[in-house]
Amino acid sequence: MIAPLLEIKNLHVGFDIYGGHLKVLDGVTFAVEKGAKVGLVGETGCGKTTAMKSVVRILPIPPGKLTEGEIFFKERDLLRVNLKKVRGVKGKGISMIFQDPTAALNPVFTIGRQLMDVVKYSKGAGETQVKDTIRNRAINALKDVAMPDPERIMENYPIQLSGGMRQRVCIAMALVTGSELLIADEPTTSLDVTIQDQVLRLLGNLVEEKRNSTILITHSLGIVREWTDRVYVMYAGSMVEAAPTKGLFSNPLHPYTQGLLKAVPKLSGEGMAEGVPGRIPNYLNPPSGCRFHPRCPYVMSICRQERPPFFNAGSDHQVACFLYKE
Amino acid sequence: MEGSAHAMFWSRKLEAFGRGWYKFSRNPLSIIGLVAVLLVSFLATFAPFVAPYPKHAGVFVNFAEASQPPSLKHLFGTDVVGRDILSRIFFGFRFSLMLGVVVLTLVVPPGVILGLTAGYFKGTWIDTVIMRITDIFVALPALILALAICSVLSPNIFHAMIAVSLMWWPWYTRLVYGLSSSLRNEFFVQAAEVTGASRLHILFKEILPNCLSPIFTKMSLDMGWVILIGASLSFVGLGVQPPKPGLGTMIADGRIYMPDQWWLTVFPAVAIMLVVLGFNLLGDGLRDLFAVEEV
Amino acid sequence: MVETILTVNDLKKHFPTSRGTVKAIDGITFSIKEGETLGLVGESGSGKSTVAYTLVGIYQPTAGEIVFKGQDISKDFSKRLKSLKKDIQIVFQDPGSSLNPRRSIKQILELPLKIHHIPGNREGVEQVAKLLEMVELPFDYLYKYPQAIGGGEKQMVAVARALATNPSFVVLDEPTSALDVSVQAKIINLLMRLQQRLNLTYLFITHDLSLMRNVATRVAIMYLGKICEVARAAEFFQNPMHPYTQMLLSSIPVVSDEEEILKPKKILSRGEIPSPVNVPPGCSFHMRCPEGMELCSQVDPGTVEVGEEHTVRCHLFQGAEIAASASQGEE
Repeated sequence: MIAPLLEIKNLHVGFDIYGGHLKVLDGVTFAVEKGAKVGLVGETGCGKTTAMKSVVRILPIPPGKLTEGEIFFKERDLLRVNLKKVRGVKGKGISMIFQDPTAALNPVFTIGRQLMDVVKYSKGAGETQVKDTIRNRAINALKDVAMPDPERIMENYPIQLSGGMRQRVCIAMALVTGSELLIADEPTTSLDVTIQDQVLRLLGNLVEEKRNSTILITHSLGIVREWTDRVYVMYAGSMVEAAPTKGLFSNPLHPYTQGLLKAVPKLSGEGMAEGVPGRIPNYLNPPSGCRFHPRCPYVMSICRQERPPFFNAGSDHQVACFLYKE
Repeated sequence: MEGSAHAMFWSRKLEAFGRGWYKFSRNPLSIIGLVAVLLVSFLATFAPFVAPYPKHAGVFVNFAEASQPPSLKHLFGTDVVGRDILSRIFFGFRFSLMLGVVVLTLVVPPGVILGLTAGYFKGTWIDTVIMRITDIFVALPALILALAICSVLSPNIFHAMIAVSLMWWPWYTRLVYGLSSSLRNEFFVQAAEVTGASRLHILFKEILPNCLSPIFTKMSLDMGWVILIGASLSFVGLGVQPPKPGLGTMIADGRIYMPDQWWLTVFPAVAIMLVVLGFNLLGDGLRDLFAVEEV
Repeated sequence: MVETILTVNDLKKHFPTSRGTVKAIDGITFSIKEGETLGLVGESGSGKSTVAYTLVGIYQPTAGEIVFKGQDISKDFSKRLKSLKKDIQIVFQDPGSSLNPRRSIKQILELPLKIHHIPGNREGVEQVAKLLEMVELPFDYLYKYPQAIGGGEKQMVAVARALATNPSFVVLDEPTSALDVSVQAKIINLLMRLQQRLNLTYLFITHDLSLMRNVATRVAIMYLGKICEVARAAEFFQNPMHPYTQMLLSSIPVVSDEEEILKPKKILSRGEIPSPVNVPPGCSFHMRCPEGMELCSQVDPGTVEVGEEHTVRCHLFQGAEIAASASQGEE
């Protein structure tokens, strides 16, 4: 049994603020196999960004607090390893693409300069760091992301590029390091639909070619359906459902997943369904037992008392819901 | 319904105060600043009651006790005519704070109003006129202007205040101009305009509240600066005139007796440092306090 | 007979900049009937937000006219009558900045009431409470500040603010783009209910075509300042004519196989969206168009009617008209 590339076990993360302690992540369990394209779906405030920031260790530690849990990357516990070693892992093992490419690129340096900086710190940095080699690697990275006229782009500043092009530069920066795991946090939310399509297509091709694993974080179910093999649905700080993508969309089991899918407007024009009633919980004082129970149409008394673990519901499909307890 | 609305209003205010205090108190230096400022304000306000020798602040001579080093009787020693330095410092705080308060009162309202207006009308002649006048005043060399004014009119604390005010207002205009010109493009301002709000409403009720935090922070830091400039003016003889106990004046008086009678200059200098540092730390704390929080 | 409440004729809005003139809107014509929802779709640079802002008076039109309830209102808000400002309202795209963070919900909602002297009780609490009720927000939100409430709730306050003056026409500029899908559903349903109850006319702007399908009566699609196609909603989605419409529809991510079938054949979008400073000559879409003909790079197409209430601006459909006018010319 090959161990997964990334594995998060029972992660608990909280924040200390005025008025108490926000218990955000309440036992997150998550795994990414080698070469897999995993989607992480959840709405604003569910904790998906907090979880990913914990993996990459960029969570601001006070006020954040990791109270429990383990994160394994290539079987090494990232949380117990000292920060210097983690930096080594971060640059070469895991890379991240953020939502807003404009904010992710430094406006006062040229694209070439920023790309070459990343190349210097990437895998194979042991080789002779001749300026030309670095420059060539940067230009090749731009070619990989289908940038027109890469030589000219090297001299441009981020402001001279369009949103789609900036995001492609960020993808180039993430891939040039040769990292095995790519985490993309809402990479296309700020882009237009046609450009979004282009960028995701590109990302998909590159990932298949280089056989990276990717985690695509998004709140758009449509994108997840088209671009991932496996999906995790997150609600209020824990995973509520995990399944192969086809399986999740043809057979959504968790009431929250069902509610979400119903709420998406359909191209067939059947009118707007009602959304999931209620609001996301207050992390200062979260609901007891299953955090979704106040909004659940199928709530039972056990739901108010105990937190449901993952139950198996056939063919690699897991649900954290007492409806499926067997 | 009205009663419960009132109750909610005040409970919100209380909660906001609590949250504000939490943010402010995260940094212990801010607390130190607040304590220093409160202490100085207290001493200045109640000087006649708290100072051990209140009469020494005015005309008073006692050569028997002159030039005494610090002792139990006179904690900071006495000066060349026998006046208790500690008491004079308490009264000196009065001049310092008064200078700061008066200057800021004179300077902040017009500076802010001009900045708000120029920023809102950015690109029009109103902007050009206001900002070019501001530029002219900024270009005037500050201390020299103060010296000139105080030389032409008689040198005293009031003329010093006028001088400092004239050089200070442009900085508020510039600060608020930057804020106002970017805020006027915010959706909430446009929403108010689309609904038909008057210009006055937009300037003072929509834009100004979003400028208050940098303004208050600057005011606190400025208190420190104004006090320093006032002390400098007094030091060169253009501010508080002897026998009044201005802190800068006291340093000037004691200068020639250094280093033997060090207490004549060191204690007033430390007092100035205390006040200025206090306002600076308080200003930093205010900046933290006003940061709009994101949950 | 349903009245036409708004007509826009050859509207243009240009912005002179140091890099050239930005032709944000470059000659658009459309009308909206009372009680209907006209959907406006487009990507960045299309000019859809500029249309919104020009209609409510944030911008002064460079050319063309806007006629509302029979009156010419082609001016910016400083020159508009106060009564007009009561009647046309807008909900902005970004809930985060559409509410003043330094004012409470009560103050925000009171403002339009005070400006237009809408009576309430002395404190104004009763009137504001009614508004909160209308958007299904709890009473205790009165004294909260925007930072304390979520994005969806902020938008609901923005909707309440827009409806406070009892307008007849509301412009909704991407009201739910920044929100999650379940919150979006709640708000859209609310907007639809309110439209029925208060007989509102909406101009609904969004880039989310699936949402548009369920919200709009008619849809207009814009590209670089011009309208490419207008049709009734069902017709627009079932029978898109313009290549850009087809490209856009084929790119949207959907959540079910049934919907996948409804999409037009996948047209791979090529190239970047040009900036409105550098509008290509001829038809502005020709560089990305899979059907581009030589004519397209030279002549800007006119608008042609291809079905009932269905118009397209594309040379592919000019054939019939040109042939007809040519034969007429010969006679």
